[in-house]
Amino acid sequence: MTAADVTAADEPAGGRVVLVTGGSKGIGAACAAWFAANGDRVAATTRGPAAELEPPDGVPEERFMALRCDVTDAAQVEQAFAQVEARWGPVEVLVANAGITKDMLVVRMDEDAWHDVIETNLTGAFRVARRAVAKMLRLHHGRIVFVSSVGAFVGLPGQANYAASKAGLVGMARALAREVASRQITVNVVAPGVVETDMTAALGEARVGQLVGMVPLGRAGTPEDVAAAIGFLASDAAAYISGAVLPVDGGLGMGL
Amino acid sequence: MDKALDKEREVDNEAAFDKFRDCAVEVLQVPADKVTMEARFAEDLDADSLDLVELVMALEEAFGVTVDESELEDIETAGQAFELISSKL
Repeated sequence: MTAADVTAADEPAGGRVVLVTGGSKGIGAACAAWFAANGDRVAATTRGPAAELEPPDGVPEERFMALRCDVTDAAQVEQAFAQVEARWGPVEVLVANAGITKDMLVVRMDEDAWHDVIETNLTGAFRVARRAVAKMLRLHHGRIVFVSSVGAFVGLPGQANYAASKAGLVGMARALAREVASRQITVNVVAPGVVETDMTAALGEARVGQLVGMVPLGRAGTPEDVAAAIGFLASDAAAYISGAVLPVDGGLGMGL
Repeated sequence: MDKALDKEREVDNEAAFDKFRDCAVEVLQVPADKVTMEARFAEDLDADSLDLVELVMALEEAFGVTVDESELEDIETAGQAFELISSKL
């Protein structure tokens, strides 16, 4: 499914208000581009300077916002949402994508490496979801998509902290999905596999090659592959899907 | 003198309840005349736990107060919720 397929005549003028955390590169940047191409208004956050976050190609300034937001800082989360609301109104689609890795074997893993990854990937996602839901309740609609990982299910060595954080998102999503279902807010999870991003490249060429060799579809995924799945879960077409975990991994984790 | 003060308090209280009722009407989408001090949230106002959370958030905003989650435990009627908010003004 491409963005063009989803561009619907029934979208409200100006498009939906979408917030993507970790929107400066990889899957987050691809999501920002997907929603912008779909006609939505997209706010993308980055830990770095907002000025370095460029609008996706061909997207006018009116439909794009770059925001500095470290999801480990509740005040920055609040400020990011406040900026979006002041300009466009409440966030209708949240893509909680910001994530980090600090890979090491458990026996060598210090508590900081554990804590930092949980704090960003899981608690950070909780922070943005909580803030988004507060307004979505009043809207009586909303879409939340958490970006998990096939690593939550296969448990790659060296990623105990990352796997725990990404598995945690699934439990959080399911609990939240039940809490807000009566307001027509859906909460879903995508579980990307080996995707061509900086995070994957950091695993090293040999490891990536090995992992790609295990992918039934025989290639690494692109950030756009994942963005298309997220775009679908956020669309009207996915109105009856909530609490689901959608693998986008070329079949790597199937059955897990 | 005391009577005048009492009267003033009464007027303030009425104004506060009007504001409280406005919030309840908007959030719970019930007719204003159903929002009485005696009205029970679940039975009379058809409000679930999420409705109550939403109402509390609206009240916090409207009255500029903060309500702790633990304070909501025994709240069953609109009157109890109103008293809780009033006690913080």
